[in-house]
Amino acid sequence: MLDPYKIREDFPILKRKINNYPIIYFDNAATSQKPKQVIEAIKNFYENHNANVHRAVHTLSQEASELYEEAHEEAARFINAKGMEEIIFVRGTTEAINLVAYSWGCHNLTKDDEVIVSLMEHHSNIVPWELLSRVRGFNVVYVNVKKNGKLDYADFENKISKKTKIVCVSHVSNMSGVINDVKRIAKVAHEYNALTLVDGAQSVPHLPVDVNDLDIDFLTFSGHKMLGPTGIGVLYGKREILESMEPFQGGGEMIREVSFNATKKRCSIAWNILPWKFEAGTPNVCGGIGLMEAIKYLKRIGMENVKAHEEILTKYAIQKMAECKKVEIYGPKDTSVKCGIIPFGVEGLSSHDVALFLDNYGIMVRSGFHCAQPLHEIFGLKSSARISFYVYNIREEIDRFIEVLKEIEQI
Amino acid sequence: MVTIEDYVARIEGTCGEEKDVIVIFKYDKKDEALAKILAKAKIIKSISGIIYELTFKNFSFRIYGSGKAIFRSLKDENELKTILSELLL
Repeated sequence: MLDPYKIREDFPILKRKINNYPIIYFDNAATSQKPKQVIEAIKNFYENHNANVHRAVHTLSQEASELYEEAHEEAARFINAKGMEEIIFVRGTTEAINLVAYSWGCHNLTKDDEVIVSLMEHHSNIVPWELLSRVRGFNVVYVNVKKNGKLDYADFENKISKKTKIVCVSHVSNMSGVINDVKRIAKVAHEYNALTLVDGAQSVPHLPVDVNDLDIDFLTFSGHKMLGPTGIGVLYGKREILESMEPFQGGGEMIREVSFNATKKRCSIAWNILPWKFEAGTPNVCGGIGLMEAIKYLKRIGMENVKAHEEILTKYAIQKMAECKKVEIYGPKDTSVKCGIIPFGVEGLSSHDVALFLDNYGIMVRSGFHCAQPLHEIFGLKSSARISFYVYNIREEIDRFIEVLKEIEQI
Repeated sequence: MVTIEDYVARIEGTCGEEKDVIVIFKYDKKDEALAKILAKAKIIKSISGIIYELTFKNFSFRIYGSGKAIFRSLKDENELKTILSELLL
């Protein structure tokens, strides 16, 4: 088991007070806090190794390149990818999904095709497909979510067909915390020769994820939700699929050669090898190094331990919240089918009122749609408040949260 | 001339069907802003002396000791600015 009290010592921000109360940070599904090891790695890079990567012969560039490549390797090992060729560094999950939509979708989707998306998706796994469908004319088909918050697998199996070219689904819902059986989804998709894109923004930071075992074609995740810095994320893709895809953006780094043909009066271009073919321009080198340090930190804890710790906290919070008469938890309460995310409401109050009240006591929670409006519509909600846990959260914080929640009930 | 911008750091529209608007007062002006608001608006309820449920000209809103206020059912930002002007200036 992990020791959250020892872990907390690594997070300088948790020593801060807000309105004279110690911070209780329960907004981890939005972004995580950063340990001093990650902060130090970023500082160390800028103080000792900063240079642009690749194609320079000087020492600093060599060091920066090695660190940046090592970061790709570390990310590959973390999700059991075959190698760094399958790891594209992007700004985050949103950019990763857009990369697949435009690089793969633009060249492989036509008006007779269908893209399957679930109704529990974050907007970042809905909007890129809707946008592209307006250009390419394909149909976006939505898989229902049951009233209990679980994906309707029967509806998925009814809707998938030979027209389906890609199935886009989150591994874990960012609103309800429900874990989807993406291995099952990928198996069915492959029977129809469709690809699978899994939004791992809420799973990779919290569960062991093995892309080989799941046999998914694309996985996307964000560094900032897993103790790393903002502005860095990962697109995993099976090598043969990435090889077959056109680049996302053009510029330096992603090309091997750009040669002007005087006869044709055009430039001929040869793409760089993977993963650089998809990383146009000067990349976020420091972000990659920060992400590597975050992954190392999580590996030292052990992802099974991360999962177990969050499950204990979630079970405890659900049990304590049930004691609050005016509090309703949305979605499943069975922690075997969900991660450490709990959406809830307080009778007679908007989610923003609840969040502001908690903020007054230094307790940080999210309120609103959490970029998952369709799922709120399924639950019949105008909005929700949401708590979400991570490695540094402790039971005592839940106890304090419940105390304040009971005060809120008095409003 | 004093303006509402002297008191207000940010106005945040929220997501969710409620369309609540959060007003965040400048840290060094929040106590002054809260005092002015409490002097002009009618206090419906006070919770622990740090959260006040208020009405002002048929608008209901809450202010928090942390220097934040939540307004609801507003037509638009102009309406909010009009209310804030009357409360703060």
